[in-house]
Amino acid sequence: MTGTPISSMLMVLGASVIGSFAAVCLKMGAAHLNHGLHRIFNLQLALGIFLFLASSIPFLIAIKHGELSVLYPMVSFSYVLTLFWSKLFFKEPITGGKIGAIAVILCGLVCIGLGAK
Amino acid sequence: MPERSNKPIFMVVGCTLFASAAQVLMKMGTGHAMPKVDLAHLATLIDFAFAFIGNVPLVCGFALHGCNALLLIFALKSGELSILWPIYALSYVWVALLSAYFFGDSINGWKIGGIALIILGVALLGRASQRDGFKPESAEA
Repeated sequence: MTGTPISSMLMVLGASVIGSFAAVCLKMGAAHLNHGLHRIFNLQLALGIFLFLASSIPFLIAIKHGELSVLYPMVSFSYVLTLFWSKLFFKEPITGGKIGAIAVILCGLVCIGLGAK
Repeated sequence: MPERSNKPIFMVVGCTLFASAAQVLMKMGTGHAMPKVDLAHLATLIDFAFAFIGNVPLVCGFALHGCNALLLIFALKSGELSILWPIYALSYVWVALLSAYFFGDSINGWKIGGIALIILGVALLGRASQRDGFKPESAEA
């Protein structure tokens, strides 16, 4: 696990933070669509898409230099953050089922990362 | 009240297919040599922009990422974000399979195990959505 620079790890974590905010903006913006399709042009969606695309850039740079076995599992940080943002912004409950599912997905990412030699 | 339907879940699964195809294309794109950017010299920025536009796989990758975002918006219209967002991990399953096909990456025990776990995790999210989505009295039905 020595082959992964800290900068790559920080970039993946940064991408996860940006990604989780993209999720929140997209969800907020998507709610406008309930008032008609023409509402697709709104600030939250624009910001959401921008953050969504922007989050892929540090990720792309990071995986060029780091080991996937280290970097892939870090992506699930975005899911954990989204769990909290969903509670905070949309009053979605944090349940054992969701935590368990994210934990299983995290294990899966660890395995895929380990296999990606 | 969120809609009681699995439709948003399947839409996000569709997004992961777009996302993984985009990622494979972007990986192909990063193989192309790109000029170095020196912020002190604006000309290098223009060179980079042209090289970027000329990098077809990279541009297609970004375009697919755009399609993915559009589908994602419609998926997020209803349903819980905390359920739908982690489903995104499925893209790692498709990427592992696509990389095996396009880049000759090996499929080994770790990857098979990881793929199985991610699919299990997504299935658990689907279950969690039904449990949370239905009112206790109708959950028995």
